[in-house]
Amino acid sequence: MIEINGVSKSFNSHRVLDHLGLKIDTGSTCVIIGRSGCGKSVLLKHIIGLLKPEKGKIVIEGKEVGKLNEKELKELRMKISMVFQGGALFDSMTVAENVGFGLIEHQHLPQKELLESTEESLCMVGLCGVGNLMPSELSGGMKKRVALARAICIKPQIILYDEPTTGIDPITADSINELIKNLHDKLKVTSVVVTHDMRSAYKIADKIAMMYQGKIIAEGTPQEIQNTEHPVVYQFINGLAKGPITETLERFR
Amino acid sequence: MINQFFINLGKKALYFWYFLGGLTSLAAQTIYLTFTPPFQKDHIVEQAKKAGFDSFPIVSLVALFIGFIFALQTAYFMQRIGSEMYIASLVALSVVRELGPVITALVVAGRVGASITAELGSMQVTEQIDALETLATNPIKYLIVPRFLALSLMLPILTVYADAIGILGSYLICVYKLGITSSMYRQITFSALLYKDLFTGLFKTIFFGMIIAFVSCYEGFNVEGGAEGVGRATTRSVVITFILIIAADCFFTSLFYFIFP
Repeated sequence: MIEINGVSKSFNSHRVLDHLGLKIDTGSTCVIIGRSGCGKSVLLKHIIGLLKPEKGKIVIEGKEVGKLNEKELKELRMKISMVFQGGALFDSMTVAENVGFGLIEHQHLPQKELLESTEESLCMVGLCGVGNLMPSELSGGMKKRVALARAICIKPQIILYDEPTTGIDPITADSINELIKNLHDKLKVTSVVVTHDMRSAYKIADKIAMMYQGKIIAEGTPQEIQNTEHPVVYQFINGLAKGPITETLERFR
Repeated sequence: MINQFFINLGKKALYFWYFLGGLTSLAAQTIYLTFTPPFQKDHIVEQAKKAGFDSFPIVSLVALFIGFIFALQTAYFMQRIGSEMYIASLVALSVVRELGPVITALVVAGRVGASITAELGSMQVTEQIDALETLATNPIKYLIVPRFLALSLMLPILTVYADAIGILGSYLICVYKLGITSSMYRQITFSALLYKDLFTGLFKTIFFGMIIAFVSCYEGFNVEGGAEGVGRATTRSVVITFILIIAADCFFTSLFYFIFP
């Protein structure tokens, strides 16, 4: 269970997270939607401890992330993986070295087992045999898939996805959705997915939460969100240029 | 307008203290992590090759030319007072105590320091450093410690090499162009040089190596703003390294002159 309690964070006096609260059940897939730049990635970085909240706390499996010492934080990070928006693959290493990075650094497995694990992870994302390429030789979609392979290689309990289907063709996007669903169904992985691809959101989510002005303004199953009467949520999920969100911006201009 | 001047001055002062604090903190963490396992021999060797081995050609070239130039410029005055043979001792002492260490450090700062800042800065803006942390790996341990050790160890080695080539350059000019005999040149050079000259020269270079490593890594880790930010950080890193090297050199030169003559 991931509990986000009253978390606030500002950057340069701009309040990005404002007493945000959210609960994510173990083994469920929670999709967080919101406009570009509303702080979804910032929230994900708080969960894995890359950023510390100014107020509030984040509790994972009963332990508060902000109060862990280095050893405990390391153990926590072996159980959580994050897939970054641009992939964040290490340029100086091959794809195989990237995917197996967690295992190489922390588990000291024999060479043969390492190769098997990395190849297995790459095949799960549909990229068998690209182990010897360098990240600069991959397309954008392939980079994202390799990043996903890197995240699943250490067999985590929680995976955080930062816009996994943004900028990918519809077919590849759906195969990533399928993969997220498989991880959820077969391995009982808890997933937190940040996206503004509503089609993917409806497909994979157990719960959808919308972020707006630093708070969660709506939570519900895909069905409930699709039938929402909340005007802000309605404008967002239907992709309308005119509505309460854009009217607020107009007023500031 | 006067107001704005003080505001800018205040901003620069704050930035300076912020930088100094951040740099010291990074240096302390790096040194601590150097002595904690696991020890990544492969990474250290790889960085030592990039920092040291690949810098040999340019350091040799610069040292050789410095030798030529310094011999000729010294000769200009020494010939007037009829002391040409002492060009050898002057060059040997200057190169070993001062020019060798400083010029080598400046060349390596421009070559290796800039490349480290650009590489780490690019990693920072593409979230690779965040990715390292999420994979339960300390970025300072993984990226900075190998570069710190490589530079601190390779700079003295490069300097010894530069000293020898610098003296060789001066030897070539003196013997083949200024008419000093080979045996005379060698005798005067070795009678002027003492072990402490070599020691003081090399001692400084360890600190120069540390300065290059810490400043270039700090600037790389703190890049903001994409490609333009990387460019600015690289420039700043080289400039600050140059200033700190000269400042450290001044400190050590005074130390070795007044306290340990």
